[in-house]
Amino acid sequence: MAIECINILIGGEAGQGLATVGQLLSKCLVRSGYHISVTQDYMSRVRGGHNTFAIRCSAQPVSAPLDRVDVLVALNQETVTLHKDQLGERGIALLGESIDDEGARALAVPYKQLIPKRLFENTSALGVLCALLGIDREVPAELMRQTFKKKGEDIINQNLEVLDKSMQWLRDQSPDFPALPAPPDAGREKIMINGNEAIALGAMAAGVRFCSFYPMTPSTSVALTLIANAETLGMVAEQAEDEIAAVNMGLGASFAGARAIVPTSGGGLALMCEGISLAGITETPLVFVLAMRPGPATGLPTRTEQGDLDLVLYAGHGEFPRAIFAPGDLEQCFRLTHRAFDQAEKVQGPVFVLTDQYLADNYRDVVPFDLDSLPEPVMPGESTDDPASYERYAVTESGVSPRLVPGTGEHLVVVDSDEHYPNGHITEDHGVRIEMQDKRMRKEQILKNDVVPPLLVGEEGADVLLVCWGSTQGPALEAAQLLNEQGTSAAVLHFSQVWPLVPEQYAETLDAAKKVVVVEGNATGQFATLLKIAGCFEPDGRVLRYDGLPFTAQYILERLG
Amino acid sequence: MGRIEDYGEFETAWCPGCGNFRILDAVKKALADMDLPPHKVAYFSGIGQAAKLPHYFKCNMFNGLHGRGLPPAQGAKLVNPELAVFCHSGDGCNYGEGGNHFLAALRRNVDMVLVAHDNQIYGLTKGQASPTTEEGHVTKAQPWGVKSSMFKPLAVAVALRANFVARGFAGNVDQLADLIRQAHETPGFALVDVLQPCVTFNKVNTFAWYKERVYELDDSYDPTDFDAAMKKAEEFGDRIPTGVIYRNDRPNFCEALVTCGGELFNKPADRGLVRSVMMQYA
Repeated sequence: MAIECINILIGGEAGQGLATVGQLLSKCLVRSGYHISVTQDYMSRVRGGHNTFAIRCSAQPVSAPLDRVDVLVALNQETVTLHKDQLGERGIALLGESIDDEGARALAVPYKQLIPKRLFENTSALGVLCALLGIDREVPAELMRQTFKKKGEDIINQNLEVLDKSMQWLRDQSPDFPALPAPPDAGREKIMINGNEAIALGAMAAGVRFCSFYPMTPSTSVALTLIANAETLGMVAEQAEDEIAAVNMGLGASFAGARAIVPTSGGGLALMCEGISLAGITETPLVFVLAMRPGPATGLPTRTEQGDLDLVLYAGHGEFPRAIFAPGDLEQCFRLTHRAFDQAEKVQGPVFVLTDQYLADNYRDVVPFDLDSLPEPVMPGESTDDPASYERYAVTESGVSPRLVPGTGEHLVVVDSDEHYPNGHITEDHGVRIEMQDKRMRKEQILKNDVVPPLLVGEEGADVLLVCWGSTQGPALEAAQLLNEQGTSAAVLHFSQVWPLVPEQYAETLDAAKKVVVVEGNATGQFATLLKIAGCFEPDGRVLRYDGLPFTAQYILERLG
Repeated sequence: MGRIEDYGEFETAWCPGCGNFRILDAVKKALADMDLPPHKVAYFSGIGQAAKLPHYFKCNMFNGLHGRGLPPAQGAKLVNPELAVFCHSGDGCNYGEGGNHFLAALRRNVDMVLVAHDNQIYGLTKGQASPTTEEGHVTKAQPWGVKSSMFKPLAVAVALRANFVARGFAGNVDQLADLIRQAHETPGFALVDVLQPCVTFNKVNTFAWYKERVYELDDSYDPTDFDAAMKKAEEFGDRIPTGVIYRNDRPNFCEALVTCGGELFNKPADRGLVRSVMMQYA
C-alpha cells in the first residue's frame, strides 16, 4: 500500500447511531493528530436499510475512500454478510450482540455486560474502537465531557464509566491488531468538518447574509450549518415553500444588497432554471450550490455522481455569462465558495459551486482556514453624486454597470426580466436588445481573465495523465501515486473551475502527456465532452463511474488498462 | 404629505379605459398621503399587465417572473426592513402560477403589501380563464365554460389568519388609496384584492356589472370578527363588499425570527465571528 492507513467501516441500519459513533471516533482520531477521510453511504429512508460510515485514517494525509476494510464494526448481521470479503489480511470484525462472524476474524463485543442501558451503546463502541486503535483514554474522555456537558455531571460520569469498562474489555482480549505509526502532526490545531460545512464556512467568510433553500439531500447541511450560526453571524436563512421561491427570494435579497446563497441538488436546480435566467438578465449576483446525486429525476437520492455538469452549464434559457467552480477537497470547498461570492458580485450574475454527495458528507481534518489571507470583498455601491441620472444598466466597456442598492440614497434602482433600456425600463427596441445582450456577454471576458487554472500534480509529459474535476481529485491523486510506485510515470490535472475554460491554461499539458485519461463520475463523460467543445481535445480514454458510489484509486487502476 | 406629481408620468402599454389606470392613481395617492418618496419604496411584480404598474411611476422596482412577485419581495424586506415593500400582481400571476407563493406568504407574514389586480381573466395572453374566473364563463381556451371552481383569495387569506385582508374596486380610487395606506400601516402581510375590469377580454365582469354590485362596508362591521370576515369574504354575487374584510395581529416574520437583526445589506463578514464559528469544529 502506498499509504500506511487503517480503514474502519461501521455498518448498520439507519437509526442505530452509526454516524454518531463514526463522528465521535473521527474526532478522537483528529484530536490525536491523525489524518482522516470519511465516506458515508446511506439509503433514502429514516429507519432500517443498510448504511455505512467508513473512516480511513493515517499518520499521512488521506484524500480518498478505500475498498479494503481493516476494522469492520457490525451493528447488524447484514454488515458482516456484505462486507466480510473486504476485510484485509489483518482485518478484524467487531460484532454486536448475537451477530454471527460468518467465518471472519472477529471479536464479539458483550455490550450487555459493558453498559447499564442501551442508550450507552455508542459510548461503549467508541471505547472499544479507541482501545483497539491505541487512542489515549483522555481523548475520548474529554469528548464525552464536552458532548454531555449540558446533561450534567451524572451523565458524564456514567459515560466515562462505560468508556473505561469498554476500553479495558478490548485490552483484555489482546487482539492481534497493528497500531498506526505515531502521527507527525500531533498537537497541531485542526478542525474536523465535511464538505458542506466547509462550503458554509466559505459563505460565512464571504459575508453571506441570506440563504433560501428547500430541503434536498445532499445539499441540506449547507443551509443547516448556516442556520446553526445565523444568530451569531447576523443573517436570515429561510426554508422556502419550493425551489422556485428559494431562487427568487435569493434574488430579492441580493437586489436589496445582501450576499445570498441558494443551496440545492439536481432536481432543485432544474426547478430554479427560470430564476437562473432572471439572475442573468437582471444582472443580480447569486451563488448557487449544487450538491450532485445520481439522476435522472429522483435517481439515487442519497448516493453520489458527477452527472449534473451539463445541467449547470446550460441551466436557464437565453444566453448570459456564468462561472462554475468544482472543489476537489475541503480547502477548495471553503476558498472557492468564498471566491464564488466575489465573482458573482464582480460580474453581477449567477455563479455555481458544484459538489456531490461524496464530498458533501466527506469529513476530513483540516488546518483552520486562513481568514486573514482572503481578499477584501467586492461590494455594491451605496450612493451616487447624481441620483437623478443613475442608470442600473448603463452601457460600459467592460459590460459591468454600476450597481447600487435601493433605499440607500435618492437614486432609483429599476430591474427588469424583460429586455430593458439602460434605465431598467421595458423596451422591445431591436437595437437596444443587441446593445444590452452585448453588454451582458462582455462580462464573460472578466470571468475568463480570472479563471482558477487547473492544478497539475506530477511531471509534464508523464506516461499517463489523469484529468479530473471536483471530488474525483483525491482518488485520482492516489491512483497516480500508486502508478508511480509501480514504475509508470503518472500525473493528475485537476480542474476546480470547470467554466469558463481557458485552453491556454492547460493545452500544453494535455499535449505533452503520452496518454490522457479523463476520470469522472458520470456515464457519458460530460467533462471530456466539454474539453472537446472548449479546445477540440479528444482524450485517449475515459474512466467513468455511475453506480452511485465514489471513486477509489483501485477502481481507477482496474479500468486504466 | 408628498405630492402626486413627484411620482412622475409615464407612457403605458395598457388598453384605453383599463382599470389599471385607476389603480395607478390610487397607488400614487396612497404614497403621497403617506409621504413615502420614490426612493424609499420598492415595488415587486411578476408578469402581466398588472405587473407593469411599477414601470409607470417613479420607484425602486424588481419586475421579475410570472407568478414570482412575492418571493423576491420577501427576500428584499428580510434584509432591508427599512424599505417599504409592495408587490403588484394579477389574478393569473398571483393566484395561478404563484399560488404556492401566495399561500406561503400569507403564512410567513413578512411586513409588506400585496395588491392583486383581479380582473378574473388572463388579459396579456388574450382572454383565457384565470383562477378567479367564475364557473361556466366561456373563453376561447374554455369553450365549454370554466369547469374548475372559482378561487376565493379573500376567503383563503382570512382562513390563514392574515393580518390585513381588504377588497378594493378600481372604480373607487379614494377608497382604494385608503386601503393601500391602511395595508402599509398594518405590520405583517397585507392583501388588497382589487376588482379591476378588463375592458378587452372580460365581457361579463365590466365596470357597469361591478358598479351595480359593490358596496362599502360601514363602521358597524367588525373586521376582527373571524366568523363575520369569513362570511364577507365569501360574499360575491348580487352584492360584493369592499373595504377591510379582516384584521389580525399575528407577530410579523421579522419580530418572530430571532436572527432578523435589521439591515443585512452591504455588510462585509466579521472575520472574528467567522473564526469563532469555525473553531467550534475543533
